[in-house]
Amino acid sequence: MTSNLMTSHEAYTNEHGKLSPFHERQAERNVRGAWAEWNGYKFAEYYYDAQYEYFCVRNQCGTYDISPMQKYMIEGEQALAMLNRMVTRDLAKCKVGRAMYTVWCTEEGRLIDDGAVFRLADDKYMLTCGAPMIAWLRRAKLGFTNVTVTDVTDDIAALSIQGPTSYSVLRTLNLTGDDALETLKLFDVREFTFNGKPITVSRTGFTGDLGYELWVDPAHAIELWDAIYAQQDNYGVHPYGEAATDMLRIEAGFIMPFVDFNEAHKTIHFRHDHSPLELNLDWLVNFKKPMFNGKKALLEEAKTGPEYRLVKLDIEGNKPAEEAWLYADKNCTKEIGYVTSAMWSPVAKANIALAMVKPDALKGDIYAEIYYTQELRQKMKVAKCELKDKPFWAPERARAVPPFQY
Amino acid sequence: MFDSIIIGGGHNGLVCATYLAKAGQKVVLLEAGDQVGGLAKKREFAQGFNAPVANYVQHFSDQVVKDLGLSKYGYANQGADSPLIAVGSDGQSISVLGDDLEGASDSDQAAYKTLRRSLKKYAKALNSSWNTAIPKVGDNSLREIGVFAKMGLNIRLMGKEDMQEFLRVFSLPMRDLMDENFESPLLKAALSWDGLQGARLAPRSPNSAVLALLLKMSSSTEGGVSLGSSQLISALTQAAIDAGVTIKTNTRVEQVLVSADESTVVATGVKLTDGEHINARRVVSGVDPKSTFMKLVPADYQEIEFIGRIDRFRSKGLVGKLNIALKSTPKFSADVADNGRLILADKMDDIEFAFDDTKYDLPSEHPVLEVTIPSSVDSNVAPAGKALLQANVMYLPQHIEGGWSEQAKLAYVQKLIAVLEKYAPGIGELVEAAELLTPDDLEKEYGVTGGHWHHGEFAADQILMMRPTYGAAQYNSPIENLHLCSAGCHPGGGLMGAAGRNAAKEILR
Repeated sequence: MTSNLMTSHEAYTNEHGKLSPFHERQAERNVRGAWAEWNGYKFAEYYYDAQYEYFCVRNQCGTYDISPMQKYMIEGEQALAMLNRMVTRDLAKCKVGRAMYTVWCTEEGRLIDDGAVFRLADDKYMLTCGAPMIAWLRRAKLGFTNVTVTDVTDDIAALSIQGPTSYSVLRTLNLTGDDALETLKLFDVREFTFNGKPITVSRTGFTGDLGYELWVDPAHAIELWDAIYAQQDNYGVHPYGEAATDMLRIEAGFIMPFVDFNEAHKTIHFRHDHSPLELNLDWLVNFKKPMFNGKKALLEEAKTGPEYRLVKLDIEGNKPAEEAWLYADKNCTKEIGYVTSAMWSPVAKANIALAMVKPDALKGDIYAEIYYTQELRQKMKVAKCELKDKPFWAPERARAVPPFQY
Repeated sequence: MFDSIIIGGGHNGLVCATYLAKAGQKVVLLEAGDQVGGLAKKREFAQGFNAPVANYVQHFSDQVVKDLGLSKYGYANQGADSPLIAVGSDGQSISVLGDDLEGASDSDQAAYKTLRRSLKKYAKALNSSWNTAIPKVGDNSLREIGVFAKMGLNIRLMGKEDMQEFLRVFSLPMRDLMDENFESPLLKAALSWDGLQGARLAPRSPNSAVLALLLKMSSSTEGGVSLGSSQLISALTQAAIDAGVTIKTNTRVEQVLVSADESTVVATGVKLTDGEHINARRVVSGVDPKSTFMKLVPADYQEIEFIGRIDRFRSKGLVGKLNIALKSTPKFSADVADNGRLILADKMDDIEFAFDDTKYDLPSEHPVLEVTIPSSVDSNVAPAGKALLQANVMYLPQHIEGGWSEQAKLAYVQKLIAVLEKYAPGIGELVEAAELLTPDDLEKEYGVTGGHWHHGEFAADQILMMRPTYGAAQYNSPIENLHLCSAGCHPGGGLMGAAGRNAAKEILR
């Protein structure tokens, strides 16, 4: 008789990450074996060095594998109605061939997640977001009969190419389509042909710089990768991982789940989640829309004002204010908020942070109580913070049409 | 312009409409079918035979009878004039009327009296809570405190021992309550019936069977049954007309019209299937909550969590209706009164096993029945000399493998007649016509979701301020000026009228 009991290591044998369609090539370049995980995919934390990859993106260009990002096709006569009930922006304003960044909330007006909606045809939308959303989409579909939601995450290979030379690299792919690649504006989406195969290109990204996202059949992923990397010597293409992305997005002022905000469905404690108003995403909340999930609650919140506001801070000195408390006074007696993300920004040459601050404290002084170590000694300093309206990194080239060539 | 549009002419719709009209409102009631009355409306399944699905009255609200002056229109709660009779396949029978048992052992008779005394006490303590809206929990208003305090006080005022006993038994499975009190398996089966019928419950199911039983004991009839619901519906209809309600039959609502601006979402009227729009200051839905929110109100205007809660409101009916036109009144082997309500189940396990099949989407292999002969008390329901038999059949799922085809139904009718034949030999030869209405038929013909008698399970998570769900439990809804008045609201189902009355009171508040 054989035993059905597994030894401990066997119990985990099927739990290794799924491999991205680009994995084969990425594995060759992941020289330090720094793998992490994203939505069940084996995913690079970094390839060589996070700082180095960051500079590649800011000065040349880098590729970031967004295949693990969750992708859903929402199709049918009621696709717009269904999505418009769910998200806070008015998708009726999103024309075919455009994408919109948006958020969606619980009926209590608390943020479930953010993501992008691509309008691919009259009745066809693709929604992308960082974490699995199928359960919520199924609920969001209730009451609508003429719409289908399909998880296409594993059916589409997606690669983000970001940085000043990204357009120059894509030019060499000789993409053919109804519109020329150079005419794409920020948030445009177009279909092209690459080596006789369909490819969707959107001028979108998570770095605040010139960049594109490429969407292809997984069967053509390696061919696309090789064509891009054939330009490495000319335009300096390198892969970058999660760590570099985190630096790039802080400079651009983009928020990260479980860093700057908690997803409402994944918090337990009351008000440990956030409203879009707290996250300073008022511009995404269209109160003119007749209805969207959470509108009633957000209208109430708008009346009384949010508890916190997410702000950008320029902090004196060069010690990153990671996990710092914020105070209204230098003696740190009146607590007014906390830092959510912080870094020394090489391009802005500034000590920057994203922080949650109580709105009535925004008019006064803000001090950060920063803890750091110096040769194993614990140190603390109190640094003055300055509020910033604009992202720390928003170069002209990010929006220029046609894009700059190198 | 109307003050109120009532969607659906079920008894709660009629009650609500009449209260509103009596308060001076201009009210129109829209009924999709050719007559009002909902599940209790006339149904001529064979020439000269009138067999409403809801064919008897058990706990119609005394308050409604009084407020609407229904006695003027020929209706009165007649009390328990129809005995409950436990009928065994061996010819034994025990008859139950009021506090008295006939044919039972001395100890069962004594136990019954004691249990009745307690149950009546509990039923009385709960009565005030059936006849009022249950406020939202957490708004800490005086009203909230008042209603809950009164509920608590009524229960406390029963005295310590009765209160403790009530708190112990109110969620007991029927089986436990019966086993504690009685020795006769036949009696136990029959007495457990009223706690179970219409719900997805069997004797061993925990949850709210005792509470359901107490709800049925809420009127002065104390759970007794009067055959003939037609008088009730005709009285309600006349009362509505006299109060000034405009009743439009053959008028099907396709959609509740909703208008929204930056700050509010408001119901403004209805659109009919023929395209006509009728505007009103408010719309009151007398159809079940699922139909209301999943079919009539456009999804665009409803929050995702709310419609999700409506979607999972449990409303799968399990009771079938058997109507048989007979050449003459059947003769039962047991000694039973013609006007009795016969429970054909030898023991609680017969009910339990009948229920088990439905867990696997099968109709009961050995169904249990509640049989009445309405023609024995009302000569209008059958042609002279002939007889009408109506039975509630437990348990039939709405959907079975292969579907309820005509063939499947015919075969099941034969099975049911064979069951009846055991109790009334020769009945098969008396059959002139027979029909079986499955929950699926009830949904299709009466528009009630899942074919559920009570629009939704009467269960711990679906009663009081959670019926049908929070956000719509005070006879209102997240959409301004859209109200609910059906059995899908507190206090729930059966021919009761309390939901219709409570809704009107809330609207007029």
